[in-house]
Parts: sequence; structure tokens; C-alpha cells
Amino acid sequence: MRASSSLIVALGLCLALFAALLPSGAQAGPYEDAVAKFGTDSYSDTAAALTDLAATGDARAAVVVGAISDGRLLFDPTSKIVYIKTADGALVDAATNAPATGVDAATLKPVRANNRVRSVLQGVSGALSLMNPDPAKRLDAAASVLRSRDVTSLPAVEAALAKETNPAVKSALSLARAALIVGNASAPEADRIVAVQTIADEGNQDALAVLRNLPADTPATVKTQAATAVTAIERNLAIWGVAQNVWYGVSLGSVLLLAAIGLAITFGVMGVINMAHGEMVMLGAYTTFVVQELIRTYNPALFDASLLIAIPLAFLFTGLIGVLIERLVIRHLYGRALETLLATWGISLILQQAIRTAFGPTNREVGAPSWMSGTFDIGHLSVTYGRLWIIIFAFMVFIALLGVLRMTRIGLEMRAVTQNRRMAAAVGIRTNWVDAMTFGLGSGIAGIAGVALSQIDNVSPNLGQSYIIDSFLVVVFGGVGNLWGTLVGAMSLGIANKMLEPYAGAVLGKIALLVIVILFIQKRPRGLFALKGRSIEA
Amino acid sequence: MLNLFTHAQRMAGRVVVGAAALALAGAAVPANAQETIKVGVLHSLSGTMAISETTLKDTVLFLVDAQNKKGGVLGKKLEAVVVDPASNWPLFAEKARELIAKDKVAVVFGCWTSVSRKSVLPVFKELNSILFYPVQYEGEESERNVFYTGAAPNQQAIPAVDYLMSKDGGEVKRWVLAGTDYVYPRTTNKILEAYLKSKGVAQEDIMINYTPFGHSDWQTIVADIKKFGSAGKKTAVVSTINGDANVPFYKELGNQGIKATDIPVVAFSVGEEELAGIDTKPLVGHLAAWNYFQSIDTPANKEFIAAWQAYTKNPKRTTNDPMEATVIGFNAWVAAVEKAKTTDADKVIDALIGVKVPNLTGGVAEVLPNHHITKPVFIGEIEDNGQLDVVWKTDGLVPGDAWTDYLEGSKDLDADWVKLKCGNYNTKTKKCGGS
Repeated sequence: MRASSSLIVALGLCLALFAALLPSGAQAGPYEDAVAKFGTDSYSDTAAALTDLAATGDARAAVVVGAISDGRLLFDPTSKIVYIKTADGALVDAATNAPATGVDAATLKPVRANNRVRSVLQGVSGALSLMNPDPAKRLDAAASVLRSRDVTSLPAVEAALAKETNPAVKSALSLARAALIVGNASAPEADRIVAVQTIADEGNQDALAVLRNLPADTPATVKTQAATAVTAIERNLAIWGVAQNVWYGVSLGSVLLLAAIGLAITFGVMGVINMAHGEMVMLGAYTTFVVQELIRTYNPALFDASLLIAIPLAFLFTGLIGVLIERLVIRHLYGRALETLLATWGISLILQQAIRTAFGPTNREVGAPSWMSGTFDIGHLSVTYGRLWIIIFAFMVFIALLGVLRMTRIGLEMRAVTQNRRMAAAVGIRTNWVDAMTFGLGSGIAGIAGVALSQIDNVSPNLGQSYIIDSFLVVVFGGVGNLWGTLVGAMSLGIANKMLEPYAGAVLGKIALLVIVILFIQKRPRGLFALKGRSIEA
Repeated sequence: MLNLFTHAQRMAGRVVVGAAALALAGAAVPANAQETIKVGVLHSLSGTMAISETTLKDTVLFLVDAQNKKGGVLGKKLEAVVVDPASNWPLFAEKARELIAKDKVAVVFGCWTSVSRKSVLPVFKELNSILFYPVQYEGEESERNVFYTGAAPNQQAIPAVDYLMSKDGGEVKRWVLAGTDYVYPRTTNKILEAYLKSKGVAQEDIMINYTPFGHSDWQTIVADIKKFGSAGKKTAVVSTINGDANVPFYKELGNQGIKATDIPVVAFSVGEEELAGIDTKPLVGHLAAWNYFQSIDTPANKEFIAAWQAYTKNPKRTTNDPMEATVIGFNAWVAAVEKAKTTDADKVIDALIGVKVPNLTGGVAEVLPNHHITKPVFIGEIEDNGQLDVVWKTDGLVPGDAWTDYLEGSKDLDADWVKLKCGNYNTKTKKCGGS
């Protein structure tokens, strides 16, 4: 059914295009019959109608297919007449193309699609858009033909291939063509061997899927050729798999780095065990949410810049909260680690519940700006923009923080207080003020981390809790009081986690990692990069 | 910011209503303050589970309020007693004891996770009270003091798999069973694995994956699923991933471009509330299996949603499946109390069996002798507006089965609190397993 129809689609389409939209002759022809089927509100009928529609080769088919993908195809539940809602909101009878009069738009229901309808739709619009003027659309079309592996689209693919000039689309089309030929029993054996080679050159998962699923009646020569290609591709992909895991590891590491770097300041430099650190991350994420809500309400055009606006605001807001916590609570508890731990734990619960009361317990939606959506490929490595930006951002924050500590006056004072508080006080540094600023800086950076994490995690009152343990792990592993240690610690834990995960699973992998860190700390209690000389405990 | 106001208003509204009810009760029977029937609410309002359970607390308060406007039960007003077990399992048992022993509640609506239910069971048995449990769960349990108004595995997981195997569902041949590492996903996946094998699915076509609670880095696992799905056979993911971990999971699916037409994901714990935190455009077509959806177009549901949104003063407030289960449980309890003409636990437990109350989707929920109920099963596809559109439903109502027919050691067990007076009667040895 589908097979013969696609062939006719292709031929019909060429005809339709070349003949510059000849009007179809009959009044109640196959097109009208196909369109009428959309009015029954049944998925099977919709799917059948789509294939029939494509088979008519009618130029209007593309319009209907476009309308159904955008949810603009409507039907009247009583009269079963199908309408198309045009871009400017007007209603047109899909069968007669006449403007609909006296129809109440509110009584119409959209023609619904489920996954089965969507796959048929993908195939039909794939074949229909092989000749689309937009190269991106043609690329999509070639990919959907490759995925559907519908032998009858072969003539359409070959016709499109002959006219194609864009190199990317051309290679996608030849791949699709090869995939169609290789599984086609009526194609000459020599052609099929060439096709195996073309597919093998592509060397990705799709190619593997095609070569692994050759029909049972495939000649032995083609089969052996395919088997050799499969082994080669698998070996190649295994190497890329390692690269992919390293990339995932760096990505996880950058998230750990962001979460831990503020803690490296408050815990590492000041020696304060701050259990409310995760809540600073959470507050940063909620700041992003509020900023996005305001932008959505007052100036939606700015949405792409929402994260950039949120970064300084989150820094200032959480930094301020940090300074308040330090002034009101922590400064009374210096030198009493256990009390600090309990007090900050209490603060973390208070902050969580405050947010829960103010924003509700459910997740809040933080949208991704357009420049953070989508993926691109490097070889067989697929990289998502969101993750890439988070990695870049994490390194920028790290470098900026390093710069502040090395090159600014406040950084100098922080280091002085860390190394020898009494001496620093003796030379006139206001150690109280430096403490407050340090804590504010650490908290502010946690807030910035929250802006980034809002892109990949739940924005809920519990956001911070999931990061607090990991953050301490990173700081302790990397070496307390050393920013470089935090960087190396975060990256090595991230990569080790992602290398273990495929073999041990997520749960065991995490346990194995904790065991490794515990053993490591036994051997080197001060972490990877131990601070030499007088340290914070002094 | 907006939410801050609505919540404050909501709280204020509640205080006023409470005060009014109190004043009314005081005016009617000045001497006796005992003239209310107390209803316990045992849902976490803080901690990890607050995200899901707070809504159910609000639902019970809403139902109590509505029932009191209708004149209460047995001529008495209902009074809700709310406690916060703070997502802390041992605290659930303590708070349950407090509700039953100290506050003398007639019935308790509560719990979400299976572990919290297990932790309160001994308390309900010892003090002989009634618990209504409103969440879909792994089955393998039937207790005299508990009524399960959520779905058993045969009312959610198995119909969902059947749908995916059907022509409309895409004739899936290869399965990924992904879940959070705790009792509900582990048991459900064990049942599903046995079921799939009974349907002739080979071991190598089943991939089982567990992740810790709150797992947030899904890159490797999603890439694995993609790889598993590229073997040429139609692949689907059956997800028993728990609440919090879902958002990053779906975000990663969107990021890696896994479309529902390639590898559909059917989820058992994702509803309208969870989807509220995600941009659902890349997720259109992924599925969820429940016994209720907000989008279901029946007069009862429309009326309920309107009343709920008016009560919460939030025109965007969503409804979900466990809420409907709470509504059914509450109405069944009210009907049983009116039938028994008392709130005495033993009498109400006996009266509950056979009680029929309308559900919100146009069917009837009947309380069965095994303390489960009859439910319709719906499969919904995620739409770009965050709602779920029903694409398939069971022909009739499915009776809840406490003990699954697909596991060794469970298939011989039967629960019947009328004839057998037993929750785990072994039909082979003809003995009650006791507790």
C-alpha cells in the first residue's frame, strides 16, 4: 500500500512541480476522498489518508501535509468537513479550497496525530520535500528516507540526487540511496557491494543499523562485505566512544567545578563548613527564573539575553545573602566547626522552606536561550551547545576567580588572612571585613553556578541538596585551600565517573568512585594539592 | 513573584474558612467541641517529596471543605488534621501514631513512596485505623487497614507495554527498562521483564538500567539508549524514573535529539505537574500511562478542575492522577461511613468493600475485596502545551490485582478480605500467609 504510494508520490510530485501546479481535473477525485478521511478522528484513518493523499500526487497534498504537521488542519465533528486554517487565521475548505463561510471556528477540532501518524507524516513529507528549495529541509528529508528505508522512494531519491548541488545534501542523498539499494533484492549484486562500501564510509550508528539488518536472502558476497564493514565500524566507533565518554566526563566535571568552586573559597580558604552552600546555588537558579519571568512579561525580545542578565543579579543577590549569613551567624562561631556545621545546616533548611513557601514546591521552568539549544557533530562525537557553553562558562568563572585572588587588593588581603590571620590584622587588614567579603564572594559564585545549573537540572527547592555532597567531595579530593586542586579534582572525578558508568552502571559507578576517593584520602589526607606551610588550621 | 501572592491569599482564605467553620460549629453545639469527624492528612510538606505530596494535602483540604459545604458526614462537620512527616520515613510512622492515638482521626489520607507506606503499616494495624493510599505502586501487598486507590501494575505498566506492542503503539520489539534504584521500579521492572519474556521477547532485546535518586547527568545513559535503539528493531523506553530525576532526563533526550517517532519513552511517574518544569516542545509524542489525565473531556472532570482552580485561586493549577485517586478514596470513605452510619474502623472497612463511586473520567470506581479498585487505563502523548492527549484507553475498567500473575511466588497468591479474610492466601497450599 505504502510502497506503491510513495512511488507515485515521487513521480506525481515531479510532475506537479515541473508542470507548474496544473489544476487537478475531477471534482470528487482521489484527493477529495483522501481529505475526507481526516474527518473521522481515528488515527488509522488519518495515517491511511496521509498515504492516500501522497499517492494522489496532487499539488495541494503538500499544503495539507504542512497543515497537519502544524496542527492547522481542522475538522467539524458533525459535518465531517475538513478545513485548513491558513497562516492569517482564515478557514479554507480543504477539499474545495473555497473560503469557509458560516463556520464557527470554536466548534472545529484539530486533526490529531499520534506517533504512528507522525512517522507516516515524516515519511510522506520526507519524500515530498526532497526537492524543497531549502537545503536544510532537503537534508532532513534525506535523513528521514534513510531512516524509513522504504525501497519505493528510490526513484525519487535518484531524481533528487541528479539535480542536487549542495555537497552535504548530496552525500546524505547518496547514503540514503545506498541504504535503499543494499537491502533491495532486485538490485544487481555489484551495485549492492558498492552500496555497502558507501555506507561503510559513513561509519556511524545509522550505517551500522543498515548493515546489521540486511534481509535474509542477501547474497553471501554482500553479506561478508557487510560483516567486514561492521567490524571496522565497530572498532572505529569504540575509539570514538572513549572520546565521547571523556567529553561527557569533562562536561560533568565542569558542573562539579561550578558547584564546588564557591565552596573552595568558603571551605577551602576560610575553613567554614557551609552546609547552606547548595542553597546558594538554588537561590541563583531561582534568580534566573525570576529574571526570565520578568523578561517574558515585559520584554520577550530580550529572552536570549536572560542568562547574561541573570548572572550579575544572581551574583549580587546570593553574595548579599552570604554576607548577611556571615555577619549574623557564622562570625560568632569561628573556630567551632561543629556548631558552624549545624547552624549552616539549619540555614539551608530555612532557605529551602522559604523558597518552597514563596514559589511552591513544584519545579519551575527555566527556558534555554536559542544559542544554548541544539547539537553539532565533530566526527562521531555529538556535542550539545548547552553543555559546551556550561564548560566554557565554568572555565571563565575559574579564571576570573583566580584573577581576583591573584591581582586584586581584596584577593591579596584574602590570601594574607588565610595564611596568617594575626599577622594580617597586625599590618592593618580589617580581617572581619575580609571574612565577610570572602564569604560573600564564595556565595556569589555559587549563585552564578545556579544560573548555569538551571539549564540542566530541576529548578526546585531541593536543587542545592543534590550538589552539596559532590561539592565537598571535590574540594576535599582536590586539596583544601587550593583552587587548582578544585579544578583538577572536579575534572578527574567527572571523567572517572563517566568512564566507570558504562561498565558499572550509574549506581555502582558512583559507589566505586566514593570508595576510590576514600582510599585516596587515606593515602593523602590533604588531597591532590596539599597546601604547604602554615595552613588554615594554624 | 506571582506565586507568592496566590499562596498567601490561599493561606489567608483557608484561615478564614477554618475560622468560619469553627464559629459555625461553636454556634450549633456550644457545649461539645467533639462534634466533628477528624480526617488525618499524612503527606510530606517539606523535604524531597514535598514536590509531589503538597498537592495531595491541598486536595484533601479542598475535599473536606467541599464536603462540609454539603453538610458534612452523618450530620457532623469534617475537620482535617494536617501533619508534616517531612519526607522522613520513620517520621511517617510517628506522625501516623500521633494522628490516630492523639488526634483520634477516623481515617488517614497519606503517603506517596512505598517505603513510607511500609513504615506506617504496623501502626495502622496496631491501632486499627484506615489508610487511603493514592499513588500507583508495585503491588505485592494487600493489608486489611489499607485501601489502594492508585494503580496496581496490571492497571498501568502492563497495559502500557501492550499498547507499545500494538500497531498503533509502533510494534515495539526492543525494550529499555529504565528506573530509579528503589523498590517500586525494581519490582515493576521484574514484573515487566517476566511479562515481556512471556510474550517472546529475547533477553538481548531487554536493557535494564537503574540510576540513583535525583540523578542529574543523563548524557551517558541517553547515549546508551540511543545506541541500543539503533539496532534496527523498533525500540521503546519504559521509564519508572522517579520525580526529580525526570526533568534532566527529558532535557537530555531533547538535547540529543531523540524524538518520540524514533524511540518513544513511556513514563509511569510523569504527569502534568512534572511537565510544568520543562519546555515540552522537543518531547511531543513521548508517552505517559495513567488512570487519569487533566485533558480528559468529561463533565465530571471539567467541574472538578473548575472547582479546584477556584479553591486554589490559581487558574493555571494542574490536576493529576494521584489527585483523582485521592478524590475517589475520599468519596468512597464518605459513602462507606454513610452506609455504616458510624466512623468505627472495623465497620467502615467492611462497608467500604463493594462501594461504587464515580471517577472523574466517566467510569465507576468500585472498591474490591482485595482493597484495590477498578480503574480505566489511559495512554497519553505529551503535547507542546505540557498537557497529555489521550491516544489509547482500555475498553472497560480494569480491576486492580494485588499479586501479579507474572512472578514466581506471587502468581499463586490471592487477596480477599470478604470470603478469605486474608491478604495473601496461597491457592496452592490453601493457606493464608498471615502477616
